[in-house]
Amino acid sequence: MKILTGNDLATGDVIWWTGSGWSRHVEESADVGEKGDEIAQTEAAARRVNGPYIIDASRDEAGIRPAHIKDRIRALGPTVRLDLSLKPADPTIGTWVI
Amino acid sequence: MYRYDQYDQAIVDARVEEFRDQAARRLAGQMTEDQFKPLRLKNGLYLQLHAYMLRIAIPYGTLNSRQLRMLGHIARTYDRGYGHFTTRQNIQYHWIKLQDAPDILAELATVEMHAIQTSGESIRNISADQYAGAAADEICDPRPWAELIRQATTFHPEFSYLPRKFKIALIASPTDRAALRWHDLALRIVRNEAGEEGFEVFAGGGMGRTPFIAYPIRAFCPAEQIFSYIQAVLRVWNSHARRDNIHKQRMKILVHDLGHEEFTRQVEETFAHMLTLGTDFPRAEYERIAAYFTPPPFETGLPEEIDRADPEFALWVDRQTAAHKAPGYAIVNVSLKRVGGIGGDITADQMDIVADLAERYSFDDIRVSHAQNLVLPHVRKQDLHAVWQALDAAGLADVNLDLVTDIIACPGLDYCTLANARSIPIAQKIAQRFADIDRQLELGELKIKISGCINACGHHHAGHIGILGVDRKGTENYQLLLGGSGAEDTSLGKITGPGFDEDGIVDAVEKTTDVYLRERQDGERFLDTYRRIGVEPFKEAIYG
Repeated sequence: MKILTGNDLATGDVIWWTGSGWSRHVEESADVGEKGDEIAQTEAAARRVNGPYIIDASRDEAGIRPAHIKDRIRALGPTVRLDLSLKPADPTIGTWVI
Repeated sequence: MYRYDQYDQAIVDARVEEFRDQAARRLAGQMTEDQFKPLRLKNGLYLQLHAYMLRIAIPYGTLNSRQLRMLGHIARTYDRGYGHFTTRQNIQYHWIKLQDAPDILAELATVEMHAIQTSGESIRNISADQYAGAAADEICDPRPWAELIRQATTFHPEFSYLPRKFKIALIASPTDRAALRWHDLALRIVRNEAGEEGFEVFAGGGMGRTPFIAYPIRAFCPAEQIFSYIQAVLRVWNSHARRDNIHKQRMKILVHDLGHEEFTRQVEETFAHMLTLGTDFPRAEYERIAAYFTPPPFETGLPEEIDRADPEFALWVDRQTAAHKAPGYAIVNVSLKRVGGIGGDITADQMDIVADLAERYSFDDIRVSHAQNLVLPHVRKQDLHAVWQALDAAGLADVNLDLVTDIIACPGLDYCTLANARSIPIAQKIAQRFADIDRQLELGELKIKISGCINACGHHHAGHIGILGVDRKGTENYQLLLGGSGAEDTSLGKITGPGFDEDGIVDAVEKTTDVYLRERQDGERFLDTYRRIGVEPFKEAIYG
């Protein structure tokens, strides 16, 4: 699947396109199919996202997983500061990235 | 240290308001990101993996306690409670909001700090010996010259849109603690036969994709002519530089392509012209600046003896302190390399504690080293025990200066958009493998430097053991380099062979140290043994 990500303009937060808006949680991503560029252009012009780009991802029982480690780190937070990640209470979450 | 005059303050304050307007226009949609990006970068604001990153300049690595407390305040108020000291003696915060950035810069301006020229195609923060003004082996304090050069080059129109970034380092000791010859322009203050101070000049160094050690281009430039010489170097580069190809824009490429003899000839020709223009620093201006760096009022008659009854304290003294030029004083190195921690990271509370210690015990003076540690440069030997106790209580009294766990590592793929692989977890695993202090001391001086990509912010080319993270088909992979040095015996590390995964690189480092322990002769450091026996015994152990 193809998903769309970028950063929130004002806060810099990593955000993911849900099909109707933006979320900080990658598991809420929508498959943008062939429409990623069009959505990215519209959303960037409306200042709802900064630097949007399309990535490959897969969906399994654990949710949506970006194909590249860089985007998995973006989705979670630094692997060396899991206390600052989006899932600080999950001690195993680091393995999801690797 | 240098203090802003009314002009400095007015310039920095105006810059803050200019950026406040720029940021507001971006947030209001009056500028695209393409339009805004060069403006935010000129104020040190990057967009990294998780948020904006703000890099703040610490000129020649010198801070006072008020400034360090402000850095702690920024960490606490605008970031997530910590900051990260970099290999250019700067600090950066990784969780900044664009909407907060103008307020942060305004707060910094109140303590005479800014983020100007910490990014972009400019002359970056001038780095210097972290022991400047304290080192027993220096011939003078190099910081007045660093400050003069900083002032003369900041906002200089000829240097505002350089072909690429430009890095200057400055020392005044035979011992190189600043990775001098890994800079575009490297200046070492020396004395000629007449006893006059001047500059030994090296040019064309740099790490990154194409590493070069700076060539010596002038054995002695009279001190009062150094700005003409610097301008000549920059002008020659500027006139030739390949602005069409990002991989060829750094000055090191030009020096290499022209040949350093021809580059030097052109610099000398331009220098002769520059001297006719009268743009050098008047002596009075040097003296005005130098007055800010007058040595603190060191006490005399202080005891040299240190009570070494506590073995842990004695060990810390032996490893973490260095000789000071004033009798009865020592230079204290504060390790930011706790095993299991993140090298260069420091919490807001720790910043406050170091600031308090500097105020009480070190004439209000703190330094940042390019190795991502801190220094209290002027501590009375009789106060060392109290300082050690306070540092220990704050988790800052680790003993590992220049040892195997004192690892330089860039933020890597955990934070950086440019990175191909994570650096910090590799540093952590190596540090954990070698955590035993007796083992570290047995290995002696051993500098490991790790970069998460070819840009080499972690100085892997200059590591006795260097590690370069690469992306191999979407997987992190680590190449091992041996034999580099960032000290006065500067050398370029060589890649040993195929790379390793995360655990494999740690094993490879351990096998490398095993060869050293087996092969070393009396008094040899790791680097000495490597240079004597060559790479083959190491390759055999690693890949055999």
